[in-house]
Amino acid sequence: MSNTAIVVALLVGVAVWFAVASRLTAKPWENREQPGDVGAIHTAPARIGLWIFMAVVTSLFALFLSAYSMRMHQSVGWCHLTIPNILWVNTLVLLAASVAMQLASSAVGRGSRRFAQAALIAGGGLSIAFLAGQMLAWQAVGPSLYFIQGSPAIAFFYVLTIAHGLHLIGGLYVLGRASLRFAGGAELIDLRQSLSLCAIYWHFLLLVWLAVFGVLLFL
Amino acid sequence: MAYIAIADRDAPIHDPHTFFRKYIWSQDHKVIAIQYSIVAIFVGLVALVLSGLMRLQLGFPEQFHFVDPSHYLQFITMHGMIMVIYLLTALFLGGFGNYLIPLMCGARDMVFPYMNMVSFWVYLLAVLVLLSSFFVPGGPTGAGWTLYPPQAVLTGTPGSGLGIVLMLVSLGIFIIAFTMGGLNYVTTVLQARCKGMTLMRMPLSVWGIFMATILGLLAFPALLVSAVMMTLDGTLGTSFFMPAISSMGENPGYSGGSPLLFQHLFWFFGHPEVYIVALPAFGIVSDLLSTHARKNIFGYRMMVWAILAIGGLSFVVWAHHMYVSGMNPYFGFFFATTTLIIAVPTAIKVYNWVLTLWKGDIHLTVPMLFAIGFIFTFVHGGLTGLFLGNVTVDLPLSDTYFVVGHFHMVMGVSPILVVFGAIYHWYPKITGRMWDEKLGKLHFWFTFLGTYAIYLPMHYLGILGVPRRYYALGDTAFLPDSVHSINAAITIAALIVAAAQVIFLYNMIVSLRKGAKAPPNPWKATTLEWQTPDTPPHHGNWGPKLPVVHRWAYDYSVPGAKDDFIPQNVPVDPTLGGGRDHGVHH
Repeated sequence: MSNTAIVVALLVGVAVWFAVASRLTAKPWENREQPGDVGAIHTAPARIGLWIFMAVVTSLFALFLSAYSMRMHQSVGWCHLTIPNILWVNTLVLLAASVAMQLASSAVGRGSRRFAQAALIAGGGLSIAFLAGQMLAWQAVGPSLYFIQGSPAIAFFYVLTIAHGLHLIGGLYVLGRASLRFAGGAELIDLRQSLSLCAIYWHFLLLVWLAVFGVLLFL
Repeated sequence: MAYIAIADRDAPIHDPHTFFRKYIWSQDHKVIAIQYSIVAIFVGLVALVLSGLMRLQLGFPEQFHFVDPSHYLQFITMHGMIMVIYLLTALFLGGFGNYLIPLMCGARDMVFPYMNMVSFWVYLLAVLVLLSSFFVPGGPTGAGWTLYPPQAVLTGTPGSGLGIVLMLVSLGIFIIAFTMGGLNYVTTVLQARCKGMTLMRMPLSVWGIFMATILGLLAFPALLVSAVMMTLDGTLGTSFFMPAISSMGENPGYSGGSPLLFQHLFWFFGHPEVYIVALPAFGIVSDLLSTHARKNIFGYRMMVWAILAIGGLSFVVWAHHMYVSGMNPYFGFFFATTTLIIAVPTAIKVYNWVLTLWKGDIHLTVPMLFAIGFIFTFVHGGLTGLFLGNVTVDLPLSDTYFVVGHFHMVMGVSPILVVFGAIYHWYPKITGRMWDEKLGKLHFWFTFLGTYAIYLPMHYLGILGVPRRYYALGDTAFLPDSVHSINAAITIAALIVAAAQVIFLYNMIVSLRKGAKAPPNPWKATTLEWQTPDTPPHHGNWGPKLPVVHRWAYDYSVPGAKDDFIPQNVPVDPTLGGGRDHGVHH
């Protein structure tokens, strides 16, 4: 329940910020002209869309983790998961992927095509390596239906890692499209936004993974 | 992409010309809105037929042998889920959200038109998967729309095999569709408003849809989480929700799962869902009342704040659906308190609607009738909510027809009346034709009085102790004979109301061809969608130039003005002003 409460507190915080930031105390009936007021936020739609999507994914994982902790506390005979060591390696790999994505994004910003290419390959490769590492982790915790049925901790481990992995695969799809444009010789300036958003998404998925890993480790 | 979503058009844009691109695989928000609406109304009619079949059994038990106990439970389940999610959510957000947001905000389209299009097709897939469960062995799930475990996946429940899996998969697909649509609605409101359209100048319809979408985006993941975990329980044999249990004399092998966890997750989605349906209705009804009473909405700022407050509070009341599941008394106290607090902003809205009508120049058009009808049904449904929000009153009433009466009044009839009002209101803009007014009024009176005839007596049945969800009451000694005659009367009323919807469908379909040509702004409304250069609006909505907004959406009956309305895109005349507070210093 505490996770859910944190999510709610976050939501309220965002709502209060929104109320303050968007001048919700204006008196629109007074009809004072508001020169230059376009009303809309001066940010690219894709960027806003990504932030909203990340809020949705945050809600999704907060609820999964909430369910994990409630399931743990509400049942007798919960067996803790033995955390496979490979998860530490995977965490480092994802961290490196995130750094590589950031480097790719800034290289594109600087106009350095060769560096960007190397960083993109590294970012994509490390992300795939992370996914492969997660599959090794499944082997380590219990690779068959027998284990998944027998231990809710293992079942949760599968659900959480698959949910996270699917989001990463979604990111790789977008990254793949941007990379194809890159390889096809698109102007760097046209790729700036795509790669900057990819980098943000990768940092976000790193944070989500750290939260999931942290809950698995410490709860 | 062939769109410039928010800019003026400097160069000609290649509009779609083929029939397929224009009406089927279309990225135009107006076409997508109509596609969403048609599918939603179609499944809604399926659910309406299901409710008719249930009523036949309840009103005249043992007369209609094709409704057996299993079918009855399946009809209840499918009726509830379809009405709440596949009809109301899809129609308000996918239908009205899609149509109104870009037009009311002065945008050319949604900001992600391609994703918007995919959203519809994925929604259609969700509907098809759901309906396919009628044709699989065992039929659709009969677990009740709340799908509570453990019974939802145990063999005693109808549709416990493929039925429940298809339901859960369909919900998952629906959530994907909704997320794609929802990202569009929120981003478009935030990013694509035309010049001058500040947040506080937006019509309340947009505010309601905007907030409902945010609620949906944050609450649907809870349903997704519960659907994923229950699917695994049902198919792979995990024990997320399933406790150790013996089913029909056999041990299905579950152990240690928590059915209560499912209830928390389900209602963490389920309660905001009530407001996902209600907030767009609140917003739209505000605009209908103001337009047809020729008066500015009373307390615009309060209305906006109330929408935000209700949105926030709707996340902290979920466990009031679980009083009978048993909980720590302090939790019950907490959730009863938050539940009653949410009545405050809701009551503010009701007062403001009534005060909007006060001294207005009320035109009893068909949309206005539906809007006023909504105030009645919503107040009645809301007041019984105050009863049920209290733990001690809820416990004896929870499993009775009182609850059925309550939630059908507050989130069945009320939003549906707004849906009808809204369709009558915007039909001339959407189709370019007027409907037949006599038929519209006839439809209103049948629907409004008829629904009262259905749901008001249910409150009495509930207080008498008639249990809900039962296939047949039999010779229950503690119930007087009048219960059976009331049930028969309710069934007759329900069948009449259901049949009366044919008037609506006939009116809408025939008017498409035979209706009088609609003027661009038949209601003399101020909001932007009525100021488009073409009716119905063409692709891109605004011709070469985007509109510029100079005032709020409610300049009706401004003293000294030539007409009794001033559209939002009319500049402020310094000699006249235009705002109702013109010349008043604050």
